[in-house]
Amino acid sequence: MIAAAGDGVNGVELGVVLFFFIVVTAGGFLAARWRRAESMHSLEEWGLGGRGFGTVVTWFLLGGDLYTAYTFVAVPAAMFATGAVAGFFAVPYTIVAYPIVFVFLPRLWSVAQARGYVTPADFVRGRYGSRALATAVAITGILATMPYIALQLVGIQAVLDTMGLAGSSNWFLKDLPLIIAFAVLAAYTYASGLRAPALIAFVKDTLIYVVIVAAIVYVGVKIGFGDMFDAAKTKMTTPNPKTGQPAGTFLTGDATYWAYGTLAFGSALALFMYPHSMTAVLASRRRSVIRRNTAILPAYSLMLALLALLGFAAIYEVGQKKMTVFGHDGVANAQLAVPHFFQAAFPSWFAGVAFAAIAIGALVPAAIMSIAAANLFTRNIYREFFHRHATPKQEAQVSKIVSLLVKFGALLFVLGLDKQNALNMQLLGGVWILQTIVAIVAGLYTRWFHRWALLTGWAAAMVYGTVTAYRQTVPNTVTKLVGGQPVVQTHGLRHFGSSLADFPFTSTKTYIAISALVINLLLAVVLTVVLRALHVRDGVDETAPEDFYADVPAEEVVLEATREVAGAEQRVSDARRS
Amino acid sequence: MSTPPTHRAAPPRRLPAGAAALAGVLLLIPCVALALVPTYSRETPRLWGWPFFYWYQVMWVLLTPLLTYTAYRVIRRARGDR
Repeated sequence: MIAAAGDGVNGVELGVVLFFFIVVTAGGFLAARWRRAESMHSLEEWGLGGRGFGTVVTWFLLGGDLYTAYTFVAVPAAMFATGAVAGFFAVPYTIVAYPIVFVFLPRLWSVAQARGYVTPADFVRGRYGSRALATAVAITGILATMPYIALQLVGIQAVLDTMGLAGSSNWFLKDLPLIIAFAVLAAYTYASGLRAPALIAFVKDTLIYVVIVAAIVYVGVKIGFGDMFDAAKTKMTTPNPKTGQPAGTFLTGDATYWAYGTLAFGSALALFMYPHSMTAVLASRRRSVIRRNTAILPAYSLMLALLALLGFAAIYEVGQKKMTVFGHDGVANAQLAVPHFFQAAFPSWFAGVAFAAIAIGALVPAAIMSIAAANLFTRNIYREFFHRHATPKQEAQVSKIVSLLVKFGALLFVLGLDKQNALNMQLLGGVWILQTIVAIVAGLYTRWFHRWALLTGWAAAMVYGTVTAYRQTVPNTVTKLVGGQPVVQTHGLRHFGSSLADFPFTSTKTYIAISALVINLLLAVVLTVVLRALHVRDGVDETAPEDFYADVPAEEVVLEATREVAGAEQRVSDARRS
Repeated sequence: MSTPPTHRAAPPRRLPAGAAALAGVLLLIPCVALALVPTYSRETPRLWGWPFFYWYQVMWVLLTPLLTYTAYRVIRRARGDR
């Protein structure tokens, strides 16, 4: 007999989670007074925290932003279900991302600082003088971010289910905690803007570090790393009696080298193309803050590596019959691996701390993502197409309202649709967002690419990536507890079964985003040559070469300048430009 | 465009070729090491029970920041900042 997750709510766990929730709620509202600006009525202040964050705050903000609750739940879940290729690639991914962005992010920060760009699409607009290309970048960003926000809710749901809060059969009561958490989040993001997640990130990251250290000590002392890896190896290499295929990958094999490598590098390139990463980067005070952070952010990658191994620890614990991954609905769900592991391994109060870490870990990125999506909408759609002469105050107001709508939309998405939709969309989001890299990163170095060539390359890659991802079908399998015994049921096939597909004209499994990027780049190069030969008119570049090196000379001077003579400075810099 | 107070006093300063190449190599090392998946996709030697595949990649999590930070110092020095 295997029991589903216990009935009833665990009061101690719930108490601890509520305590931390109240702490961060208070912090979220008080954040509006932190580094108080003259006025919050501009995107500079509400959407970028006054571009005033130093190395430490940026470290917490980016850490809280990039290493999301969904990552903490999904990476170990992938390790638990199918092993290294699906899960552990996150480690090389979050290592190589930093040397890569070390090279180009400072240039982006400088040009954004010099020209007052708030979004990546602002830069594309200014650099290529192309509304179409900027709109394409903005829409890609919004589309890729929306499912990501929805998935943060999935992280919270896994925790709520584990605590026994999802047991109610009444749909409203069942989802009420999630609705309340998101409503509160929406309220303080509205009031404090980017300052709220920046402040809350301190709590989130501290909790996460404490929890991971405890979990790894537990694994080392109580399980033993050797036994844990052996349990995982046995599970991953034992063939399924029905299909004859092994359950997953313990080490990458001949067939999966390219899969592993392209997943790691494709995801690394995409990471800082996401609007929410860009928002956190542009909020930093100085150019050097970014490069310093590329050296200290890998501390989070270490944590992610250890966390990924908890998926293997869960395999061991399941083998010892100490836990299961069956939820309250009796359906096996690998996403419950980490929450159930903490519940089985630790006393209730500490499991509560772990759950609080995951839940708050969902709120920080959800806040930043909704701000980033709102900024994109305001700057690159509202301002571009509806209100050309919007004042900073109007922009901030539109962004605030859109950030509410975005969160509401994500909530509806998760509550109203099958969770699988959010997962499919997020897979697509990764493929899509990488396609903006040509316009953005090439644009930081050269104006050689023609705007229409970039747009065509982007469009072709978007279509290719979407169609290819859709065509990856896998059996739609559900493992359900029936009378205490797990029963595997298969209901036909489902689409978006994998982020890997054969590279065109080969039979090598490759990350779809990379294949699409190759198509994108080829088209952009070929069409640029053709369009230049035909002398098709190119847009006007408003940036100057020195913009890409712009920096703020001394921190104190700037703070003073920003706070006291903002108006005068503005006129001076306007005059200097014209 | 609403423009924040900017300080564009600094003219573009190109990095000396030597410093740029050194920083580039430092940054390239971890990328190349991790791109060569077949070189580390093995189980032995194990370290404290960890298969090679796993501890080797975690080792790069620890090494890469040192390389990145060194690259940062190289660039700072070449630009003459502190």
